Amino acid sequence: MKDSKAAHQGAPFVAVENLTKQFGRFAALRGVSATFDGGRLHAILGDNGAGKTTLLRTLAGLIQPTRGTVTVLGSTDIRAVCDQLGYMAHPSLLYDEMSGMENLRYFARLYGIQDDERCAKAISAVKLDPELTRPVGQYSQGMRQRMSLARALIHDPKILLLDEPFSNVDIGSAREMVRLLESMRAAGKTIFVVTHQASLLDGAADEFVWMQAGQIVGRTRQLQPVEVR
Amino acid sequence: MKKAFPIFALLTLVLLSYALYEALVAAPTEQTMGEVQRIFYYHVPSAWTAFLLFLVNFVASIVYLLNRSDKADILALVTAEVGVVFCTVVLVTGPIWARPVWGIWWTWDLRLTLTLVLWLIYVSYLVLRRFSSGSQTPLMAAVLAVFGALDVPLVYFSIWYFRTQHPSPVIGRGGSLDPRMTRVLLINWAAFLCLALLVCWSRYRLERLKREVEETQALEALLEPKGVR
Amino acid sequence: MSSLPAISTATLTKDLRLEWRSKDAINSMLFFALLVVVIFSFSFNPTAEESRQIAGGLVWVAFLFAAVVALNQTWARELRNQVLDAYRVSPAPANALFVAKAVGNFVFVSILEALMTPLFIVFYTLRALGPAWQLIPVAMLGTWALVVNGTFFAAMSIRTRSREIMLPLLLFPISIPALLSMVEGTSAILTGEASAKFWIVLLAVYDLVFTSVSLLLFESVLNAE
Repeated sequence: MKDSKAAHQGAPFVAVENLTKQFGRFAALRGVSATFDGGRLHAILGDNGAGKTTLLRTLAGLIQPTRGTVTVLGSTDIRAVCDQLGYMAHPSLLYDEMSGMENLRYFARLYGIQDDERCAKAISAVKLDPELTRPVGQYSQGMRQRMSLARALIHDPKILLLDEPFSNVDIGSAREMVRLLESMRAAGKTIFVVTHQASLLDGAADEFVWMQAGQIVGRTRQLQPVEVR
Repeated sequence: MKKAFPIFALLTLVLLSYALYEALVAAPTEQTMGEVQRIFYYHVPSAWTAFLLFLVNFVASIVYLLNRSDKADILALVTAEVGVVFCTVVLVTGPIWARPVWGIWWTWDLRLTLTLVLWLIYVSYLVLRRFSSGSQTPLMAAVLAVFGALDVPLVYFSIWYFRTQHPSPVIGRGGSLDPRMTRVLLINWAAFLCLALLVCWSRYRLERLKREVEETQALEALLEPKGVR
Repeated sequence: MSSLPAISTATLTKDLRLEWRSKDAINSMLFFALLVVVIFSFSFNPTAEESRQIAGGLVWVAFLFAAVVALNQTWARELRNQVLDAYRVSPAPANALFVAKAVGNFVFVSILEALMTPLFIVFYTLRALGPAWQLIPVAMLGTWALVVNGTFFAAMSIRTRSREIMLPLLLFPISIPALLSMVEGTSAILTGEASAKFWIVLLAVYDLVFTSVSLLLFESVLNAE
């Protein structure tokens, strides 16, 4: 991990410049410019419609910006570095009818991974049992979120992009998820978390990025100050 | 540029009136078909104009796919719309002409059938434009336009062979035209082309303005304080 | 790193497994085709001679409608839980997904045809007067013609409002030459009055053209946002 950071020294780890995204009559991002350091946990906060998810999806390469550029690991072509990105969305991105292991085995193939051991390890890493044969559709929300995280981690990416990983789960599962994220950050991963439950990340996140009306309106190290806007 | 449009509109009007006079009064009456043959001066130029517009639509769609230019997309949109209008004129005047001359409203003749299939393809193109949402419309439409244009030669050959297997009443449109008729035909075609250009032009300007307004509205909508959500 | 055939195979296996578990597409498609056959049998009650003339049309129109039912299901599974996004963020090539989906649909529609053809033969007392073996290339090329464009347009119509209705609106106009070839080719073979060779060649050209253009354009459709 440290070597890779050195390789990108000079160029920012993740940067967006003058990013604008318009969906028909609705603009989700309006000229967002920012750079983000590697090896940190960035919490992206804001109201509904502030552009958090659009920003995250643009970083994941799922959305082509209307204007502006995205640079990830020194590359402006996200396709070229997509095997260094792990993306977890609000929906589970899993097939409900298949078991966790079957799901992971399929998604591993997409990254050219044929090794079932790695799938089992990824499942164990999020504190789930790889032997579980129940289809994912019958999991509890907390378990499904963790399985979803395992899917995002299957190819051991440098950067994790997580959209609302704590929503609709009980407080215990959410805390568990935060602990998982902290251990991953400690292992050198760069993590972006979009959430509206900022308090869960108090003390865990290195930085809070506040968004409003399609723009970044503030970046703080602590949670408190910008709450009153 | 602002003056060019009314001047061109006036010229088109003059040319259309002249063409109307030529078609209805100056052109000689056809011996066997009689006066009804004069519809030929509307039927044929409309067909040629429609085919030309569809060709422009195809080229503009390819340009859009290559460089995602907004202008190419608008050009593709307006040529498809105006092309469908002229194509409709062909399909309406065809039966009006056929009924008194051949005693039937419709025949599965090669050119008529090809026109009908083209009309169907480009109507489905316009339906797609209407039903697809927001920013993906231009891409979807351009892709469908390419499919549609590639389909045309296949439609042509299939109907051509179909006709040779199921001969219909021989419809003589062959033979050489009276040179005076050719002249009137070409004048009418010129007038129809000018009309098509005029309509495309004004539609193009309208669409560009509409998109500019939408973009401005999109940016403004984001700035408004969020009341009900 | 990740090759097209390997990912296509993995995706196809996954789709067949999911279909085997739910049987959504194949059941609704089979029942729909059965309904069409029965209703056609009521509507047209021809003698054996007449039925030869119209059977080509009946059979293919029934298959076309049934295929649309299956094609509409193609991407439904990928939209649930937005699984398609997981594919899109991976380095797997877009065309691997398209090939897997098209081949999967080809398998489904072929199974349907294999099961429905005996029914048609019984209901319409059909017997080919021409070279019956030629029905095989007509059926295979014709089915591929329907599913390759159907899979592609289904991927487009999921991006629209009223997506279920959109697919036939896009698919049918473009499919006219293929449909005409299938119907005329089948009729030519059944009646034995003409050669089906031209139609087989036309179908092959149609397949070639639209398979190529689908592979060329699928990536941009998949990534449209």
